[in-house]
Amino acid sequence: MIEIRFHGRGGQGAVTAAEILAKAVFEEDKYTQAFPSFGVERRGAPVTAFTRISEEPIRRRYQIYEPKYVVVLDETLANVVNLTSGLQDDGAVLINTPRETIPSLEEQNIETYTVDATQIALDNIGRNIVNTIMLGYLSAKTGVVSIDSLLTTIKSTFKGPVAETNIKATEYIYEQNVE
Amino acid sequence: MVVKVISSAEAISEAVKLARPSVIPVYPITPQTKISEKLADYVADGELDSQYIRVESEHSAMSAAIGASGAGVRVFTATSSQGLAYMHEPVFAAAGMRLPIVMANANRALSAPINIWNDQQDSISERDSGWIQLFCETGQEAFDTVLQAYKIAENPEICVPVMVCVDGFILTHTVDPVELISQEEANEFLPPFTPVNAYLRTDDPMSLGTLADPGHYLEIRYDLEKAVNASKELIEEVGKEYGDKFGRYYGLIEEYKSEDAEIILIAMGSICGTIKDVIDEQREAGKKVGLIRIRSYRPFPKEALKEAVKDARLAVLDKDISFSVGGALFSDVRSSVNNESYGFVIGLGGRDITPDNIEEIIAKTENPTNDVEWIGLRE
Repeated sequence: MIEIRFHGRGGQGAVTAAEILAKAVFEEDKYTQAFPSFGVERRGAPVTAFTRISEEPIRRRYQIYEPKYVVVLDETLANVVNLTSGLQDDGAVLINTPRETIPSLEEQNIETYTVDATQIALDNIGRNIVNTIMLGYLSAKTGVVSIDSLLTTIKSTFKGPVAETNIKATEYIYEQNVE
Repeated sequence: MVVKVISSAEAISEAVKLARPSVIPVYPITPQTKISEKLADYVADGELDSQYIRVESEHSAMSAAIGASGAGVRVFTATSSQGLAYMHEPVFAAAGMRLPIVMANANRALSAPINIWNDQQDSISERDSGWIQLFCETGQEAFDTVLQAYKIAENPEICVPVMVCVDGFILTHTVDPVELISQEEANEFLPPFTPVNAYLRTDDPMSLGTLADPGHYLEIRYDLEKAVNASKELIEEVGKEYGDKFGRYYGLIEEYKSEDAEIILIAMGSICGTIKDVIDEQREAGKKVGLIRIRSYRPFPKEALKEAVKDARLAVLDKDISFSVGGALFSDVRSSVNNESYGFVIGLGGRDITPDNIEEIIAKTENPTNDVEWIGLRE
């Protein structure tokens, strides 16, 4: 089972990201579950959301304490919450930042992937909403979800220009980062 | 076959749409609101031909549900926590008037202190209302149970309202795959409602819920007791019929690896998924542990439980507390079977329940020190 934790702020779409990821991997015939850290639905407040992915039906119903991947939509959260809490030894952090490296994570020898998702969002979507972009980045760097099922799910989740711009931005970040 | 990755709140709304209630009186409250919002969408979009009544309180929601059901139509409402507490008075009246209302309750803690998160104190506190209470483990079960609930409630031999209980947030706000059925399949399983007993009509005028003096009240309450008891067989029957049609079978209880178990955990709702994972691990380590999931809390499945527990030692998990006694489920289990049993109060107010907690409960049942223990208290 792969367990993923998303960190964002209320309004940035961390919960939607966790749900889109769940729906996308379901397209690949995997079992899945996504849920938010409950009850903190205030704009700007730290939000955590979770996705489980498995080959078997998922029965467990507790929060994720030892994630394989941590996706951070807003790097200012580093000062507020422990982003790497419980991160698996072979896990990785994917973080939206204009910086090349995050010294505090580097010091801990944590595999970290940085990307300026905010700039991509501003260029493509015109707003600082990076949730789908970070999913494209997750797809490129880890392969936990294919870009095709991700784009299909984004298409069915949003409508009109919102869908179009999110798809464009997600495709772009994937192309730029896939190895 | 359509499978959608949706929350239990959405799964319940989908099932309600398929059940085609004529009237939906509802008042929003976290974490139930996702259900009433979705139903409002369906009605506004013309997908569900129902009268959606935006009442001014939960007391009014249940009162309007009583009025509509008393007029002989299918009714749905949903609530949580303080909302359920606020409708306490008409909740009792609905059962006493034998109205086949179906209500979803998104289980949430009761004040004070104010807490919006999950436990099961709210519906447990309506235990003696005369309603049937079915507790769901998953979103799939929530979907399936809403459709079965109408069939149970509306049976002319029963006429008892049904509360479908789902853990707030843990189920209502978690998305996972739910297999849906089509409108045609739903229509076949659950035909339109035709009231046959107590309902208001001009060609045969009657009153509902009137005064019953000491010469009659006792018998009327006894009739309700008989109906609630009789619903046990029907819940099994309807669960089997549903299974024969759609492949997912339901009953009063679910037995999981309890057949040869030396220790059996007894619990209700979403926590049972985590328990099953722990049981699998413990079985691999050679421990004979099992689970009995209580799906029907009222009627309480005394006979089924008696047969299933054999001579195992029991650990009963409660997300509620009846102060100075332990959990309510624990009391019910103790009054139903003579097995050595221990009560564990856990997860109140949304405290996360981890496999470590379940392992601790198993260990404490192996080497018991107290009848009732609170699990997960901070030092």
